[in-house]
Amino acid sequence: MRYLPLSAADRRQMLAVIGARAIDDLYADVPASALNATIDLPAHQGELEVERMMGAMAAKNRAAGAGPFFVGCGAYKHHVPASVDHIIQRSEFLTSYTPYQPEIAQGTLQYLFEFQTQVAALFGMEVANASMYDGSTGCAEAALMARRVTKRGRVVLSGALHPHYAAVTRTNSELLGDKVVQLPIDPEAREDLLAAIDGDTSCVIVQNPDVFGNLRDLTALSAACRDKGVLLVAVVTEAMSLGAVKSPGEMGADIVVGEGQSIGNGLNFGGPYVGLFATREKYMRQMPGRLCGQTVDADGKRGFVLTLSTREQHIRRDKATSNICTNSGLCALAFTAHMTLLGEKGLRRVAALNHEAASKTADALAAIKGVEVLTKSFFNEFTLRLPKNATGVVEALAADGVLGGVPGERLWPHDPAAHDLLIVAATECVTDADIGAFSKSLTKVLAQ
Amino acid sequence: MTMNREGRPTRGEATNADIATFTGNRALQIEESLIFEKDAFAETGVDFPAPASKTDRLGAMKRTAPIGLPGLSEPEAMRHFVRLSQKNYAIDMGPFPLGSCTMKHNPRLNEKMARLPGFGDIHPLQPVSTVQGALELIDTLSAWLLELTAMPAVAMSPKAGAHGELCGMMTIKAALEARGEAARTRVLAPESAHGTNPATAAQCGFTVDDIPVDETGRIDLAAFREKLRDDVAGIMVTNPNTCGLFEREIRAIADAVHEAGGYFYCDGANFNAIAGKVRPGDLGNDAMHINLHKPFSTPHGGGGPGAGPTVFSAALAPFAPIPFVVREDGKFHLVETRRAAEAEGDAQAGGRITAFHGQMGMFVRALAYMLSHGGDGIRQASEDAVLNANYILARLKAEMSPAFDGYCMHECLFDDRFLEGTGVDTLDFAKAMIDEGFHPMTMYFPLVVHGAMLIEPTESESKQELDLFCDALLDLAKKAKAGEAARFKASPMLAPRRRLDETAAARKPVLRWTQGAAPKAAE
Repeated sequence: MRYLPLSAADRRQMLAVIGARAIDDLYADVPASALNATIDLPAHQGELEVERMMGAMAAKNRAAGAGPFFVGCGAYKHHVPASVDHIIQRSEFLTSYTPYQPEIAQGTLQYLFEFQTQVAALFGMEVANASMYDGSTGCAEAALMARRVTKRGRVVLSGALHPHYAAVTRTNSELLGDKVVQLPIDPEAREDLLAAIDGDTSCVIVQNPDVFGNLRDLTALSAACRDKGVLLVAVVTEAMSLGAVKSPGEMGADIVVGEGQSIGNGLNFGGPYVGLFATREKYMRQMPGRLCGQTVDADGKRGFVLTLSTREQHIRRDKATSNICTNSGLCALAFTAHMTLLGEKGLRRVAALNHEAASKTADALAAIKGVEVLTKSFFNEFTLRLPKNATGVVEALAADGVLGGVPGERLWPHDPAAHDLLIVAATECVTDADIGAFSKSLTKVLAQ
Repeated sequence: MTMNREGRPTRGEATNADIATFTGNRALQIEESLIFEKDAFAETGVDFPAPASKTDRLGAMKRTAPIGLPGLSEPEAMRHFVRLSQKNYAIDMGPFPLGSCTMKHNPRLNEKMARLPGFGDIHPLQPVSTVQGALELIDTLSAWLLELTAMPAVAMSPKAGAHGELCGMMTIKAALEARGEAARTRVLAPESAHGTNPATAAQCGFTVDDIPVDETGRIDLAAFREKLRDDVAGIMVTNPNTCGLFEREIRAIADAVHEAGGYFYCDGANFNAIAGKVRPGDLGNDAMHINLHKPFSTPHGGGGPGAGPTVFSAALAPFAPIPFVVREDGKFHLVETRRAAEAEGDAQAGGRITAFHGQMGMFVRALAYMLSHGGDGIRQASEDAVLNANYILARLKAEMSPAFDGYCMHECLFDDRFLEGTGVDTLDFAKAMIDEGFHPMTMYFPLVVHGAMLIEPTESESKQELDLFCDALLDLAKKAKAGEAARFKASPMLAPRRRLDETAAARKPVLRWTQGAAPKAAE
C-alpha cells in the first residue's frame, strides 16, 4: 500500500522489540467481542482506479466555469491568480500544523499577522482574528460575543440577512437561552431595525450588501445602537464588495464578520471557506478564535506568536470565549496571497468590473417583459421579481446551459412572498456573451 | 583543509555558527519583511482592463477613503510566500509527532481530486439537478463513515472537530428536551479531556463536572458512578483517551450513563487508532465526531480547515441538524430547512450549524484517501500507527519515563520524572528537539500528567525514521542527565527564530501592522 512505509519484516522486528507476539496484543484493552469486527468495504486501489471513480462523479456536476454563471448569495465565482494555488500547495504550508512551536512556524504566523492586518483594513476595523470556519459561524460567534460584552440576551436579525446565517445564529444563541428576533424578509431594504431594538437587546445583525444585493447605509443605525448600549454587528458575505463599497467600520459597526471565500478561494460546493472576524480594540479580549501577535525572540529579532490564548478552550476550558480550535488557516493563506497580488489598486479595479458586469446584467434583464429589478443601489448582486415562481425558471435556464441565480424558494421555501424572487450575481468572470445568453434564455423561458 | 586537484577547497572549515551576515540572512534562511513594509500601497500584481462604462449604482455608499492594502507583482509575491514557507516545519519534511493532533502524510492525489472542476468549481446553491455527482460523493462518504463506525446516521455539516462536538452536544440537548428532561444540565468529562469538550458543553448551556483519572490513566470508575445523578445529561469521553490508552471499561461506562438517563458522547479525536479494527457503535456510543484529517489524511494547512462529520445512534439520529442528503428514485435531494425535514418525516431535526452543506473540499480528499486505502488499508494504517507508537515507547523507556505501564494505542505518553534534578524541563527538552530537526511532541497535555510529553508518530513513519527519532531523543535525555542544562535552556539555536517572548506579546498585544502616516491612496 503506497502510503504505508513499513514492510512485513519491519513489523515483525518492531513487534519483537516491543515484546509482543502479534499486533492484537497491543489492542488487548479493547473488549474482545468488539475487536476486528467485519467491515464491509472494498479493498485498496491504485491512483488510476480512484481517479476514474472520482472523475466519473465529478463529471456529473455542472462546473461554474462551463458556461454562463450568475449564482451568488454568499459564495461567488471570481478569478483567482494561478500563483495563489501554487503558494497554498507548498508543502510547508499545506502539511504543517497549528503554529504551536513558533520558532519553526514563523511562515504561518507571519502570514496570519498579514491576514489580520488585511482583514482589519478591508473592514475598516481596528483588530481582526486569524479566521473562523466561515462567515455564518463567525456571525453566530459575533452574537455570542455581543452577549458577553453587553450581558444581555436578545438578538435582532435583519430580514435581509442571509437565511443560513440567521439560522446558524439562532441555533447557537438559543442554546444559551437567548431570544432571537428576526424581521420579515425585506427585499427592498425598507425595514425599521431601530424599532426592533429594546433595552434587553445585545446586538443587531445586519448584512451589507444584504442578501438581496441592496447597499445599506448603517451610519444612523450605528449611532442609535450606541445610544442604547446595543452592539451593531455588520455581516459582509461578498468580501470583494469592499473594494467599492464603504466599509462597515467607516459606518460605525462594533463587530464585523464576513465570508472571505471571494478572495483566493474557490466555490468548493460551500466549503472550506474562511470566516473573517474583526472588532474594536476595546473588545479584543472578548474575541473568539486564534490571534497572532508580534513579539521578539531571545536575540531581539521580530517574530510572531499565537497570543491572548487565555481566551481559548485549551487554557480556559468551560470559561473560554468559544469552543473553536481549528480555524481556516490554509484558506486564510489563499486570501492573503490573493489580496497581496491585488493590492488596493487591483481590488478597486476588480470591484469596479464586478459592478459594471452586474449593472449591465441588470439593464439587460430589466428589458425583458414581466421582469422587475427590485434593487436600486447594489454592488454585484441584485434581485428580480418574476411573473412566476423562480424555481422552475432557474431549472429551465439550467436546462438551457445558464445558471441564472438563486430562486427565493431555495432560501425561503416556506415564505411564499419570496417565491417569485430571483437573486442574480455577476462578477468579473461574466462576459457580454454570458449576459446575452442569460437574457435570451430568460426571455424564452418566461414566454413559455 | 581538503583540496581538489585545481586547488579549490572541497570542504569548508569549522567555523562559528553565530557568524553575522550583512543581510541577516543565513544561506537558505532569508529574512522577509511584511508585505506592508515593501512600499507597494499603490501597486498591483494583477492585470485587469479598466471598466468600459462609468455606471455607478453605489451612490453615497462608494468607498473613497484609502484602504491601505499593498499590492506585489507576481515574482515579489512568490518570493515573499516561498521565503515564509521556508520558516515552517511540515510533515513533508520530517516527523511531526504532535500527540492528539495526528500529523500523517497528505496524499497529493487528494489535492488533485479536490481541484477537479466538477468538485472545486461548483456552487452550493446551484440547482440540485446540476450537482448530482457532488451529492453522490457526500452520500458515498457517509456510507463509508457509517460502516466504519457501525452507527446509523451522520451529520456531514460540522466544519471541524470542535464543531462536531457542538453538533453532538446540541443534539443531546434536543433529545433531552424532547423527553421533557431539560433539567438534565450536567455533563461529565474526564480531567484528561481536550479543552474543547468542556468549552463545547458550556456553549450548549451545560455545566461541566470533571471526573478524575485513576492510576492507570483511565476514568476512575468509582468516582464516575458517584457523579451519576438524575441531573446528568451525558458524558464526553475520548476513546482511545488523551493518555493514548483504550478505556477498558468503556462498555460499563456507556451502560451506566444510559441507565442513569444520559447519553454517551465520544470525542473521536483518536479514531485513527482503531478505524477498521473497532467500530465505536459496538461500544455504546450515542454520538461521535470524526476529524477527517486524522484517520483520513486531509491536510491541516497550518491550523485548518478541518471537517468534523458527526455520527449518531438511533436514539439521537432524529435530532441531528439539517442539512442532509436523501436518495429517492435514484436521484439525490438536499433537505435544507427544518420544515423540509419535517416533510421528510424528520419532525425533530435540529437547526442549522453552518451555511451550505459542509466542507466539501475535505470530503473529496477524505474519500480519495478511503478509496485508495480500502477497508483493508484503513485497518492496516491503524495497526501501523499503534505499532509505531509502541515501538517508540519500547525504545524510549530506557532513558525516559512513561507516564503509565503497559502498551499504548497510537500515541505514547511520558512525564518529566526522567528530567528530575537536571534543571531541564519539558519545554526545554522539546525546544532542543527542534535543533535536531524534529517537530516537538505535544507538551503539557494531557493535564493529568506532570510535564507531559505526548508522542504520536502515525503510520506514515518508516522504521529508519523512527530509529533516528528515538536515537536522537535518547541522546538528548542522556545529555540532560549529564548536566548539559545550559544547552537546553538556550535552544533552539538553529531555527529561524530563538525562543519568542510570549509574555510580552500578551501584555501589550500588537495584532496588526500600523504605520504612523496613512498610506497613499491608490487610483
